[in-house]
Amino acid sequence: MSLIEETDFGTPRSKSETMVTLTIDGQSVTVPEGTSIMRAAMEAGTKIPKLCATDMVDAFGSCRLCLIEIEGRAGTPASCTTPAMDGLVVHTQTERLKKLRKGVMELYISDHPLDCLTCAANGDCELQDMAGAVGLRDVRYGYQGENHVFAEAKGEANAAWMPKDESNPYFTYDPSKCIVCSRCVRACEEVQGTFALTISGRGFDSRVSPSMSESFLGSECVSCGACVQACPTATLTEKSVIEIGQPEHSVVTTCAYCGVGCAFKAEMRGEEVVRMVPYKDGKANRGHSCVKGRFAWGYTTHKERILKPMIRETIAEPWREVSWGEAFGFAAGKLKSIQAKYGRDAIGGITSSRCTNEETYLVQKLVRAGFGNNNVDTCARVCHSPTGYGLATTFGTSAGTQDFDSVEHTDVAMIIGANPASAHPVFASRLKKRLRQGAKLIVIDPRRTEMVDAPHVKALHLPLLPGTNVAVLTAIAHVIVTEGLANEAFVRERCDWSEFEDWAAFVSQPKNSPEATAIMTGVDPKDLREAARLYATGGNGAIYYGLGVTEHSQGSTTVIAIANLAMATGNIGRPGVGVNPLRGQNNVQGSCDMGSFPHELPGYRHISGDAVRESFEALWQVKLNPEPGLRIPNMFDAAIDGSFKGLYVQGEDILQSDPNTSHVVAALSAMECVIVHDLFLNETANYAHVFLPGSTFLEKDGTFTNAERRIQRVRKVMSPRNGLADWEVTIGLGKAMGFDMNYAHPSEIMDEIAALTPTFAGVSFAKLDELGSVQWPCNDKAPEGTPVMHIAGFVRGKGKFVVTEYVATDERTAPRFPLLLTTGRILSQYNVGAQTRRTENVVWHDEDRLEIHPHDAEQRGVRDGDWVRLKSRAGETTLRAEITDRVAPGVVYTTFHHPDTQANVITTEYSDWATNCPEYKVTAVQVSPSNGPSDWQKAYDAQARQSRRIAHVEAAE
Amino acid sequence: MSADRLIYMANQIGKFFQSQGHDKAVAGIAEHIRKFWDPRMRKGIFAHLDAGGAGLDPNVREAIETLKKA
Repeated sequence: MSLIEETDFGTPRSKSETMVTLTIDGQSVTVPEGTSIMRAAMEAGTKIPKLCATDMVDAFGSCRLCLIEIEGRAGTPASCTTPAMDGLVVHTQTERLKKLRKGVMELYISDHPLDCLTCAANGDCELQDMAGAVGLRDVRYGYQGENHVFAEAKGEANAAWMPKDESNPYFTYDPSKCIVCSRCVRACEEVQGTFALTISGRGFDSRVSPSMSESFLGSECVSCGACVQACPTATLTEKSVIEIGQPEHSVVTTCAYCGVGCAFKAEMRGEEVVRMVPYKDGKANRGHSCVKGRFAWGYTTHKERILKPMIRETIAEPWREVSWGEAFGFAAGKLKSIQAKYGRDAIGGITSSRCTNEETYLVQKLVRAGFGNNNVDTCARVCHSPTGYGLATTFGTSAGTQDFDSVEHTDVAMIIGANPASAHPVFASRLKKRLRQGAKLIVIDPRRTEMVDAPHVKALHLPLLPGTNVAVLTAIAHVIVTEGLANEAFVRERCDWSEFEDWAAFVSQPKNSPEATAIMTGVDPKDLREAARLYATGGNGAIYYGLGVTEHSQGSTTVIAIANLAMATGNIGRPGVGVNPLRGQNNVQGSCDMGSFPHELPGYRHISGDAVRESFEALWQVKLNPEPGLRIPNMFDAAIDGSFKGLYVQGEDILQSDPNTSHVVAALSAMECVIVHDLFLNETANYAHVFLPGSTFLEKDGTFTNAERRIQRVRKVMSPRNGLADWEVTIGLGKAMGFDMNYAHPSEIMDEIAALTPTFAGVSFAKLDELGSVQWPCNDKAPEGTPVMHIAGFVRGKGKFVVTEYVATDERTAPRFPLLLTTGRILSQYNVGAQTRRTENVVWHDEDRLEIHPHDAEQRGVRDGDWVRLKSRAGETTLRAEITDRVAPGVVYTTFHHPDTQANVITTEYSDWATNCPEYKVTAVQVSPSNGPSDWQKAYDAQARQSRRIAHVEAAE
Repeated sequence: MSADRLIYMANQIGKFFQSQGHDKAVAGIAEHIRKFWDPRMRKGIFAHLDAGGAGLDPNVREAIETLKKA
């Protein structure tokens, strides 16, 4: 294995289809028009010396090192800013150029420390490389002149010197090593879109400045790492590199955080990760990253990881560490005795959207074939199950229609109930890039999110009241239909016309107009009409949505309403358009694809279908139950009811993430055997009898499927610290129950998935290694996968319009609970925080805060930072208030990353009518000043402490 | 499972199909329950129907009756 060195072509790729041919150093080179001479030379294998150019940002032409000579032209132009043209004859190395370059380098080095041997970038420094490339041997000016290098000069403090900024937990900024190439500034602007950095001053005073000369941590910097990646010297360097040294080999793998699915190079020394660097060829992220994937992987070696299996008879006892064999035997014995006593259907399993496709597939296989029932579900139940239902109903597939590249062709983006800047940051950066090129943005969200108001981004914001999505979307449809903006030609060709007519008649009813619905939605009818016109007529319209759509009583209805809008305007079936669910976790799409839902086998085929079931029965050699099993909320209800007694949970913290914590506690307490398979003693483990230690994404092989249906490899870079990869654990548990599953490697599991699932028929590890990734469907019809779906027609045949009547949720405000609580995420934390809370990311967010409008706060005597009591019909908790007008009066907002807040104590059991996806996004609450933790929080904390005890066995005499 | 919860869920399904007219609604509700409810949940709602079916909306009640007969 060696370090993967990606070629830096110096300037971005030109997308032109017109080709030009020129001669560089006697060699003929043909490149797309608009390509720089620097890039053309690199494509022919000639590295022109450069410092300020890198292909992640546009050419800048400041370092004067990449000079060239062109026959028939005067001077020595910069090759990064000079476009290739037909017939040019270019020389990259002449006596004149050599002299100029050496002179430039000499000036750079005269103001740069010569501590190369002890510098963190030693071996990975472009300045060092360039000094070597131009043959710099001597610096005639000496090092004693005016400089930025030394703290003192001639016995006095050097005003030009600045100390190292170590405020960011993951990287340092050492101004003494800066050559002011501005690559970091441009990466922050062009790639990330945050504009946190600038160059302050002029000439010799020029400095990289976070915000107005603040510290990195104190500035707007979101710690995406793009600047560090862009830096050619040791000025911006990962602290891990400073501590460990340069990596010696690297492996391409896939991030285990959100559904964007960024490809990373895990850069290693032995089995130690030195750093994670976004991979340029990653088709989801195109070389970009966010603070989580780039830096927040420290949890993988965190001291709180549990590495030994543990068991106990009751949750009142401390845990007892045992061997894998004893743990499997204990768990299997319990599950079997439950089945003997309460029936075959009394146990079940939950697959993880954080684990690999292969692991998820095995858990559902264990449940269906080993347990003999279909009581298998996944955390997608509580996030995107309505997407599955809604898009399958209207289009015929349970997945988003586009790839992320599609956004480069979008003219109008509509974001509904999602905040990509926080939850899908790399996609947000790609979208913002398109917005800066002139695309328009509509945001439908109760909060003024970071997407509404960002540097060079101004969205048309429809701040609706939580719970009124369907009314707003139907009103948009009303405007489109009644103003004659529907794309009838598209609808006639692709959709069922009579269903469209029914739908059009429904949405046209006066009760669905923006003016009539405004009283419920709170949205200004004028803005709504403008948004509808813009989406329908502004060119390629793409809808991106998140859990603010799905996590409602009418979640599935809203997804259907979105699909209706896309069909009615013809925004389906080509790049730049589509309906795009932004998936929460890394493998939500995959876990759904793999048959994690109780009613369907892998590939979204209902369990009652005889032919499909028989194909699985033949390969698994076992009879399958044709009846749908319990969904997660049904499992809880059945547990309280006494008919569900045993649960195997892989990689999900149901206690913290599922709504109405008290109800979940009651359900878990009613079970006789709860098996938690996880990295840490999570909240669910407080009620568990068996703990099976899990492995991280760095410790196993497999695949994840991101929000674009893209299947990407996860590659093992270190041995599992707990001894077994997760797929091996599931096999072990199955074996102890008498159900054998035999695989030597996850690739064999994928082969089985491919053999049984038509949409995966062409997928294999070999193909993924060859192509990097594929988007399903991948089969004989589409051997290299399907970036955009429904191109010639819908998967289901004719697109189906379905009437979407607005039904108000039963969770309503009342005098005792006058405010509406909605929940969401923050950039630095992820989901229940089990991973990110165990990293330095806590410097950005160490507690959940309650966002409240100044008006509501004043009425209650709440000041910024005060402790407040948040109470709903389900429960109460306390947290600190943050006063902000991001939320409208009447609406409050919080995150759910911290177990000591437990926002889900507050949320209720109301759920989506079709899928039982919980209504996290609307809870009627009251807020009042408080002195400290609620009784519930105190009791919870005491129970958690008690339950997490591990008995340490004394050594034998 | 508690009858109240099942009735609530069934009626919620009914409300979605309401605007599709009686025939489509009854068929749609029945199919939805058949496809997504675990047998013990269906058994529970059938038992409730046998006990008089109080609280079920008319279309929902009819859908459960057809489902029970099938």
